[in-house]
Amino acid sequence: MATRTDFGPPDYETMLPPIIKKNYGMWKYHERVKPGLLKHVAESGDELYTIRVGSARLLSTDHVREICDVAEKFCGGYVRFTSRHNIEFLVSEKKNVDPLIADLNKRGWPIGGTGHSITNIVHTQGWIHCHTPATDASGIVKAVMDELYDYFGSWKLPGYCRISLACCLNMCGAVHCSDIAILGIHRTVPKLNHEIIRTKCEIPNVIAACPTGAIRPDPANKSVIVNEDRCMYCGNCYTMCPGMPVADPVGGGVSIWVGGKVSNTRSGPAFSRLVIPFLPNTPPRWPETVAAVKNIVEVWAKHARKHERMGEWIERIGWERFFEIAGIPFAEQIIDDFTLASETYRTTAAFKW
Amino acid sequence: MANSETPLLDDLEKGPWPSFVKDMKQAAVKKESARALLGQLEQSFVDNIGHWKHGGIVGVKGYGAGVIGRYSDIPDKFPGVEHFHTMRVNMPAGWFYTTKALRAVCDVWDKHGSGLTNFHGATGDIILLGTSTDHLQPCFDDLAEIGFDLGGSGSAMRTPSACVGPARCEWACFDSLNLLRTVTRTFQGQMHRPMFPYKIKIKISACPNDCVASIARADISVIGTWRGNIQIDQTEVLACAKTMNIQTEVVDLCPTKCMSWDGKALTIDDKECNRCMHCINLMPKALRQAKERGATILVGSKAPIVHGALLSSVVIPFMKMDPPYDEFIEFVNKTFEYWDENGKMRERLGELINRLGMGKFLKAVGLKPLPQMIKRPRANPYYFWREGI
Ligand code: SF4
Ligand code: SF4
Ligand code: SF4
Ligand code: SF4
Repeated sequence: MATRTDFGPPDYETMLPPIIKKNYGMWKYHERVKPGLLKHVAESGDELYTIRVGSARLLSTDHVREICDVAEKFCGGYVRFTSRHNIEFLVSEKKNVDPLIADLNKRGWPIGGTGHSITNIVHTQGWIHCHTPATDASGIVKAVMDELYDYFGSWKLPGYCRISLACCLNMCGAVHCSDIAILGIHRTVPKLNHEIIRTKCEIPNVIAACPTGAIRPDPANKSVIVNEDRCMYCGNCYTMCPGMPVADPVGGGVSIWVGGKVSNTRSGPAFSRLVIPFLPNTPPRWPETVAAVKNIVEVWAKHARKHERMGEWIERIGWERFFEIAGIPFAEQIIDDFTLASETYRTTAAFKW
Repeated sequence: MANSETPLLDDLEKGPWPSFVKDMKQAAVKKESARALLGQLEQSFVDNIGHWKHGGIVGVKGYGAGVIGRYSDIPDKFPGVEHFHTMRVNMPAGWFYTTKALRAVCDVWDKHGSGLTNFHGATGDIILLGTSTDHLQPCFDDLAEIGFDLGGSGSAMRTPSACVGPARCEWACFDSLNLLRTVTRTFQGQMHRPMFPYKIKIKISACPNDCVASIARADISVIGTWRGNIQIDQTEVLACAKTMNIQTEVVDLCPTKCMSWDGKALTIDDKECNRCMHCINLMPKALRQAKERGATILVGSKAPIVHGALLSSVVIPFMKMDPPYDEFIEFVNKTFEYWDENGKMRERLGELINRLGMGKFLKAVGLKPLPQMIKRPRANPYYFWREGI
């Protein structure tokens, strides 16, 4: 049998519920009825209700079938997912909304993640399925969301708060522009296995892969030497060469970054900035990381003005004030020393005590 | 009852948020590989380190992408995950599904893999998590049978994605799903057969809210926008005034200070508006974007590896976005060509532009310099007269 190739994904038009097909491109406005429930109204007068449900992202096929059961019972056999791993049940008849919510409540599936809430944490594979992680992904996400659960299904916060997690500097997903980013970091230089480097790695490519020029050839060994003073443990060399692993049980851990966003609203897109350079890996529930994230969320919630995102609030009060209010000790790693570092230094004598 | 073999993971079955451990256990009832995965993950929780070996190249016939090779580094202990490869399956645009299609994917995956999935991976694909080498081709054949193709991986175009757009959002400035379909179909070859210097991503958001984080993670970012005056329904503005403080919540937070409100009517000096969406987000019934709509094209964003994270920057302030999207496809082709010719191994587009200069990129793709492309002019006198004087 000849294998068919390059036929592309299923056409989305075959996946759209009839109410969406009918009103495609003709939505007039929407209302946030309550946390997790959106109502979209079309020019035609049709009303579409969306119920957003949090998910662990890692789903068994049986769980996916259960999602299908619900969608068949209440949504005519259609369902969608969001870019942040949430599930959305789309209901075209108002009378189905309350029974659907009751059904979801019975199953214990959390409803929320719209408006000024903490929505699902975009995250990566971690120890479940990647070869370069400095920490786990699903475990931390579960622990953090358990702790912040009340913020998922309520509107208690001043604005949007997007939390993301990546388990290494490759940052699958856009965690570097999140209100709070949880990022796995390594802290030890690559452990060289000369035998593997000799036989399996293209040495010029390995040398070129290092952002700080820390790697040079070791002609005697037909291998490489790492200048430990210049290595910042990014793991890029390991991506190129299996003989240079950086993962380490004590060296690996978590860093916390805050104040980024992607939307263009008000202040525009921004990177998240380092505020905690290292927290240890403490499975199964990473209490230090959970506490740090919760503290930052609650400090922001207490001090920010309405609609002010994390970064907007901090830029208004100043970073020096943020560290004070949040009670986060200022660590030397927070001062940048990479290529464009001087852009982050204070170049005015005006600052706060 | 026997002591649990996964006491650490068991703790993550507790608590109100959905537990991935429950799903793993559910799959483990049926699948030896899922059982082994559970065991190996517990081992990682004990050891504080991952237990997967470095990469490994596996795939299906005719493709160089779409499958991520994965091998356990403790296969003696967990033979069920000795090889445990991921398949990236290209999702339907907007992540819409019929339950029939979803069930079909589940059936294929129960037949060939661990029964564990991600809905979805960070790039947007459906992730089928873990199967053995001998199942890859039959699994792909069965996926093809139900109409699902593989996504991108490696030094290829990665699976592009788009926001929900006109399917359910009144703010869509163009048809993001249709554009995504066109882009995906046009660049199948570049997605399935890695032949570029490194990965390249296209992400499509139909308005400046940028729900797919296009500006942060796409070499080519498409962000919907408009030209002309925001449409104001003053009756609805008055209705809004009953439930919110228009002065402090909307007018005072407008970044360009181009709005005013006298308690009776809202006015916008549209020439000064930078289309940030703040006011429209807050008053969806009263304010609507202008009628002339299209997209801003930006290039170069990426995560830190190798030379630091970048945001995308504006290269085409306004492009009409109507099918068949020839102008956009031509721009993508020229960009691919420039990057492919000039990019070093593992150099993303943004890094290439930083190394050789934005001017060269603009020239190569035939774009004229415009003030909309910069935040502020350069402050150093080190510029060239490349054409001579
Ligand atoms: S962030 Fe790094 S470790 Fe985590 S899944 Fe991506 S590449 Fe793997
Ligand atoms: S870990 Fe990064 S900084 Fe260190 S040697 Fe490897 S590539 Fe260079
Ligand atoms: S990016 Fe804009 S148009 Fe697209 S879903 Fe988000 S708000 Fe709607
Ligand atoms: S879109 Fe933004 S800049 Fe324009 S009027 Fe509204 S708040 Fe002001």
